[in-house]
Amino acid sequence: MTRSSFAAQLLVAGALALAGTGPAAAKEQVVLAVPTFLTGAGAPAFGVPARNGVEVVVQAINDGTLPAPYDSKGFAGVPVQLEVYDESGGNTKQVTEFRNKVQKQNVDLFVGFTSSGTCQAVTPVAEELKALTIFAVCGTQRVFEELDTDPKYVFRTMSHATSDQVAAALYVKAKFPGVKGYTGLNQNYAWGQDSWRDFDLAMQVIAPEAKASEKLQWPKIFAGQYGAEVSALLLSEEELVHTSFWGGDLEAFIFQASPRGLFEKKKVLFTVAGTAVYRLGKKMPQGVVLGSRGPYGIFAAEKDDPLNKWFRQAYVDRFGTNPTGPSYQYAQGVLAAKFGYDKAAAANGGQFPSTEQVIAAMEGQKIPSFTTTVNLALNKGHQAITDHAYGVVKWDAEAGEPKMVDVVSFAAECVNPPDGVNSVDWIKGGMKGAKC
Amino acid sequence: MARYDRTLIGLALAFALLMAANFLMPEWVRFIGLQTLARGAVALGLLVLWRTGLISFGHALYFGWGAYTAALLTRAGITDAFVLTVAATLSAGLLALLLGFLLRRYRAIFFALLNMAFSMILYGALVKTEALGSTDGFGVASPSYFGFAPEGEAVTTTLFAFSLTLTFVVVVGVHLYLRSTLGGLTLAIRENEIRVEYLGYSAERAIHIKYVISGLLAGFGGAVMAMAIGQVDPDSMALWTVSGEFVFITVLSGTGSVAATYVGALVFELIRTYAFEYAPHVWQLILGGSLLAIIMFLPEGLWSLRQRLARAKG
Amino acid sequence: MQQLVVILVDGLVFSSYLFMVAVGLTIIFGVMKVLNVTHGSLYAFGAYLAAYLVGVYYEAGLPDAGGFLMLLLAPVIVGVVLGLILERGILRHLYLRDEHTIVLATFAAFLMLEDVIILIWGVDPYFAYQPVSLLGSSEIGGLAFDNYSLSLVFVAATVGAVCWYGLRRTKWGKLLMAVIYDREISQAMGINVTAVYIVTFVLGSILAALGGAYVAPTISVSPGIGVEVIVLAFAVVVTGGMGSIGGAMIGSLVVGIARAAAVHLLPEVELFVIYAIMAAVLAFRPEGLFAPAKARRI
Repeated sequence: MTRSSFAAQLLVAGALALAGTGPAAAKEQVVLAVPTFLTGAGAPAFGVPARNGVEVVVQAINDGTLPAPYDSKGFAGVPVQLEVYDESGGNTKQVTEFRNKVQKQNVDLFVGFTSSGTCQAVTPVAEELKALTIFAVCGTQRVFEELDTDPKYVFRTMSHATSDQVAAALYVKAKFPGVKGYTGLNQNYAWGQDSWRDFDLAMQVIAPEAKASEKLQWPKIFAGQYGAEVSALLLSEEELVHTSFWGGDLEAFIFQASPRGLFEKKKVLFTVAGTAVYRLGKKMPQGVVLGSRGPYGIFAAEKDDPLNKWFRQAYVDRFGTNPTGPSYQYAQGVLAAKFGYDKAAAANGGQFPSTEQVIAAMEGQKIPSFTTTVNLALNKGHQAITDHAYGVVKWDAEAGEPKMVDVVSFAAECVNPPDGVNSVDWIKGGMKGAKC
Repeated sequence: MARYDRTLIGLALAFALLMAANFLMPEWVRFIGLQTLARGAVALGLLVLWRTGLISFGHALYFGWGAYTAALLTRAGITDAFVLTVAATLSAGLLALLLGFLLRRYRAIFFALLNMAFSMILYGALVKTEALGSTDGFGVASPSYFGFAPEGEAVTTTLFAFSLTLTFVVVVGVHLYLRSTLGGLTLAIRENEIRVEYLGYSAERAIHIKYVISGLLAGFGGAVMAMAIGQVDPDSMALWTVSGEFVFITVLSGTGSVAATYVGALVFELIRTYAFEYAPHVWQLILGGSLLAIIMFLPEGLWSLRQRLARAKG
Repeated sequence: MQQLVVILVDGLVFSSYLFMVAVGLTIIFGVMKVLNVTHGSLYAFGAYLAAYLVGVYYEAGLPDAGGFLMLLLAPVIVGVVLGLILERGILRHLYLRDEHTIVLATFAAFLMLEDVIILIWGVDPYFAYQPVSLLGSSEIGGLAFDNYSLSLVFVAATVGAVCWYGLRRTKWGKLLMAVIYDREISQAMGINVTAVYIVTFVLGSILAALGGAYVAPTISVSPGIGVEVIVLAFAVVVTGGMGSIGGAMIGSLVVGIARAAAVHLLPEVELFVIYAIMAAVLAFRPEGLFAPAKARRI
């Protein structure tokens, strides 16, 4: 190398070092980073509704127009600066981004994350960098059960995905007691594998007379073509089909299975079709069972809590469509953050609280949300348990939109393990301690 | 030979400079530095392979293999960084040795695609294996260094110092190898393999050796990345798009010097980081666009910029 | 017995899908030696434009049958417009470079086009279900199959036949074949290779877009549909032999039927079937099953 390129290297290193040191942040605004899928397959089902939900709520928080108990302006009086960013690109990219946001852009807290893999990747980093992180959607129970058993900076403001499957099994027991066999059509990756495992285990406890199929379908995620799977399901003996499909795969499956009569011949249980039900509208097959990971989206359509009614109205006014599950779930995370900041400031004589004070104010609390309570009851007060619901979808011609009928709601304590017990162990042990 | 000295001196001085800078730079810069070291190593392996005219579209196979090896060792309780790195490097090299017997018979696009096929088989196996976390992967415990376990900001500082040292050793080694007869042979193979055979050398054997070197380097990169990110998963480590990134960095950097791929890896990561930050909705457009521009306007890669500037000056 | 019939039908439908997806790629590679990663983008563009046009068409209340014309119109538009932009704008400058460089350039273009799709059509999915519901269903082997998917078999067969006839029997086809075997000699004999390249690329693009367009009514046209298709198309093309349409047909049949059999008999291996077949074929016949013969250069 020549000497001039050494000089260049020195200059570059120096410039980078200087660029890294930013001005100390005076508390003029709380910078809230919201990672969600802005591009790629996760965008229509999760990312865009989530972003919309957060925008509605943050705008109202800054204006002070939310109903009680969130009617004060800002977080502890300080306006919120919203920084939505893309959750796609893979875990390596996301961990790098997380570090950049904390160390370079001086973000105050994170609310978001949909992908279980990314949540797991980011958890140790959040603890290491001491960055308040509220997981809004991601489902894996491993976050607090294996990865971070003594959490400080990481919270999750809704039940993890085990409750989806336990509630599904309970619904099957309640509404289809005679079911003799069930099979699965799940995407062959962590989400699909975990969903099936939890459902199968729960069914063995709740409905032991029903037998699981030997030939479960495991198409590749984003495969898009399910002709063979539909044929295999039509030929199978089991009357119940469990599927955790979401997004484009879910919609493609419905388009390909409907003309072939699958939904008339089999009882299909969609654990997360709540994300697609408004978009599909009339094309959603009638009579299928679906969930929305809790009382969100279409399950909240009739609930008249003032917070919920305000949220739905504001969302429809601004975006022209109904809010779906992810809209609620992300917005719920923001509400929890506001709760924490406000409460910590009140305990602090009105002064803007430190992150540690906010954490202390949040741990173990029961935080009111749109249609449920975020009850931070598990894992040292960092993992919430929330209510659940499943129902059957029916097209309401008069209203011109789909509605849920035959809804069964489940209390949070019924479908979540008690504190101190791991989810899989809890199900295998017969779900002791469940209060239904 | 004057040129020979210059590169080694250059590398030594760069090493000293970066080591010193390590203690001054902000954490996020260091983190980018770690990723540069990881990806640069894989690209260096591809550069060695490219000198025979072969490019693999599946080197995420060895990268991922190295990363998962390191990760699995920490899961078994072994956290010494040196052990992790050596184990990952050697196991990836072993895999390359085995697969190399088959792959050394292929050329051009078939070589590239057969590598890709193997990488996708590993990917499929990882996704199917729930015990390894499937697409969620699993965490990598913080590395320790001969018993010393750093905490806080010292974690990345120590890791960077460690990786930089090993990188320096590796890069010097590769440079010396390429200067040797066997190294010079590779360029001849790219030009006309049949004549090389008539000269009495086995082209396939030479290719095999290069392939193993590229596997070792990719495994090394995988170990560094696993320790830096603290997590391994198939999408970040074994997917064909990851292989594509490595090839990009290699072509982007040019073949002018062993240090070229590190500059290329740095530029790649900087473009991606800034595109993500300032254009969150169109970062792929910007990334693809910059790379396309470099392909079109800088055919010899980024390293050729240096030579062009030198020529312009005098 | 019933299962066997069903496996065959499912296999044929999926093979037709694979063939539609792969034929454009194999022609472009055969003639131009370019492994076109933007193939996935062309597929996606075809699907988006078709879904959009179908939506607009039925919204306007025009007669039902015409909707199918949209499925043929969209790929032609995409193939010509986007194909020309890519070939003249990017590829033309890179023909003399290393073949890997061209692949990378198409990879870069693919990344760009992913975002361009979102810029044009947004992130919301498009549904173009009308053609499927219009065709109804038939019963084969005791199961209902939607006629639209069955029609895919006829479309694929037609495309294959037309391509084969075009290549073997027409003058243009023979020029293409000459260029496939040896570009330099063809040029020396006076064939306008540049024109051949342009026509080939546009043709390949149209075929890629046709794959996307015809499949669009059965899926949810949303961001990312192009990505999966790339690896699938590569696997089929490499298995069948690059540059060979007959090879693409056989490759599609092998992979398609194997996958259908896996789904019905051993679903856990479904994930591997395609790559395992690709690796196995390459290990024994490095050029693929039906690669055109190549002279070795001394």
